[in-house]
Amino acid sequence: MLVLLLLGITFITFSIVKLLPGDPASGLIGQHADPDDIKRINRALGVDKPFIAQFMGYVALLARGELGRSYYTNRDVLTEIMRKLPNTIYLAAAAMVIAIIGGLALGFAAGLRQGSAVDKICSALSLTGLSLPVFWSGLVLIIIFSLKLRLLPPSGTGGIRFVILPAVALSLPVMASIARITRSSAIETLSMPFVRVLRAKGLKNWRIHYIHLLKSILIPLITVIGLDFASFLNGAVLTETVFGWDGIGRFTVDGILKRDYPVILGCIITGTFIFVVVNALVDVSYQIVDPRVRIVKR
Amino acid sequence: MFARLPIIVLSLIVVAVVFAPYIAHYDPIAINLDEIKAAPSLGHPFGTDCKGRDVLARVLYGGRISLGVSFAAALVSLGVGFTAGLLSGYYGGWIDTLLMAVVDLTLAFPSLLLAIGISVVLPPTKFTVMAAIALVGWASFARLIRGQVLKVKEMAYVEAARSLGAGNLRILFVHIFPQCLSLGLVILGIKFSGYILTEASLSFLGLGPQPPTPSWGNMIGENRAYIISEPWMVLFPGLAVAVTALCFNLFGDYMQEKYSSYNDGQRRS
Repeated sequence: MLVLLLLGITFITFSIVKLLPGDPASGLIGQHADPDDIKRINRALGVDKPFIAQFMGYVALLARGELGRSYYTNRDVLTEIMRKLPNTIYLAAAAMVIAIIGGLALGFAAGLRQGSAVDKICSALSLTGLSLPVFWSGLVLIIIFSLKLRLLPPSGTGGIRFVILPAVALSLPVMASIARITRSSAIETLSMPFVRVLRAKGLKNWRIHYIHLLKSILIPLITVIGLDFASFLNGAVLTETVFGWDGIGRFTVDGILKRDYPVILGCIITGTFIFVVVNALVDVSYQIVDPRVRIVKR
Repeated sequence: MFARLPIIVLSLIVVAVVFAPYIAHYDPIAINLDEIKAAPSLGHPFGTDCKGRDVLARVLYGGRISLGVSFAAALVSLGVGFTAGLLSGYYGGWIDTLLMAVVDLTLAFPSLLLAIGISVVLPPTKFTVMAAIALVGWASFARLIRGQVLKVKEMAYVEAARSLGAGNLRILFVHIFPQCLSLGLVILGIKFSGYILTEASLSFLGLGPQPPTPSWGNMIGENRAYIISEPWMVLFPGLAVAVTALCFNLFGDYMQEKYSSYNDGQRRS
């Protein structure tokens, strides 16, 4: 199933990119170049073959674990991606930590006092988080923290000081959805009989909240994190561009701007593969978190 | 309050955008070298950009494209998603298998990456952005509508219609379709802010309408270099996106609460 899905993804991405009008050679050396040169380059790049042959060629390439070479730099796309991927993972992990901490805090604050002013403020905040375009909130963060307060560097790839701003920008939408799911499951769980039993046993409120409630929130939380991983991949494209972060998101955008198809293709396929695999892992992790869950094969 | 306020604000935004020529006194495209990078003032409430164009005028005219594209994309997603969902749920069999395989495949992509892939292929115009959003967006409609059809088609009144001699098409469109409409609109309410954000993102990346045509996203992308000295050029179009998306989110939330039978298991982005 997973293999079929990945093959389908490759096929779609490949067809999309190959539907492009024009050929890479005229993009590389200009439309007014010698037609023979264009033909020669197209043959060298293998783009004069029929579509199916090209696709099979690409799949064969993938099967060998390669993604081809950039039209512009002639560097191996996979090597480049592997070099940039850790940066993106670093950024995404930092964003995830911020999102989980912030989201749980906001969600608990709202869910434990349903209907109160705190609840309304937290809910409004999380809806705002969902509504901000990440590239714009990134720019606003740069204005505030780099230019006005001069606390953090506006761009570049590096250690903690560099990662804070892009990670915060990237984390906002995910923080918001974690806060919302935490709030609603906190409300739902608090109304369950087992919470009353715990209270009747004389358990302190904080133990109920932070141990038993947290446990029951775990499953929806994992779902949201899994699904929002997509929004990290989406967001990374934008955030990395804004902050000049040397990851695969910016690599994708650079590829788009230069119409460097092996790069675009490689990045989209890598991103989607990661997404699919993470979703599969999320499914498996349900079983670990909650032994009652059994995945039924269709 | 949470129900009425966003509707009022949205109406104001839509009216302002539709009547842009009557509200903005400046041409959104004409270059005016005498008033480059002017800070917000009474004459130019949102300031001017690097080519002396009034930012307010550009935000209003840009809104026509941003909202128009999102709206068109929503209609296409709704139409295609409904058709696919109805056919898939009602007929089942190989149609269902095939359509749902395509849906699974579409949803397997991180949405923006797929939209980027599609936009790269086509020349950068507003239609490209619309197509990219719609090609990604229809899938979640199709899946949820299919679920609803599966539920509705087993109901007694459908059986009754069939025993009275109604044909498949009549049952599908007269009896089942109306039962899916409210669900479709609720999904639309939830997804619409996502369309606005995707439109802005694609335009920001330069895959949408090209300058000098304004759209909220490309205004941010075009003037990014000036955030240090002239932040208003970027601030106001972004604010327009954020406020519009927030209102749609509030509205979608309200609708979802109202029709809470709809179970949200879908991602938002």
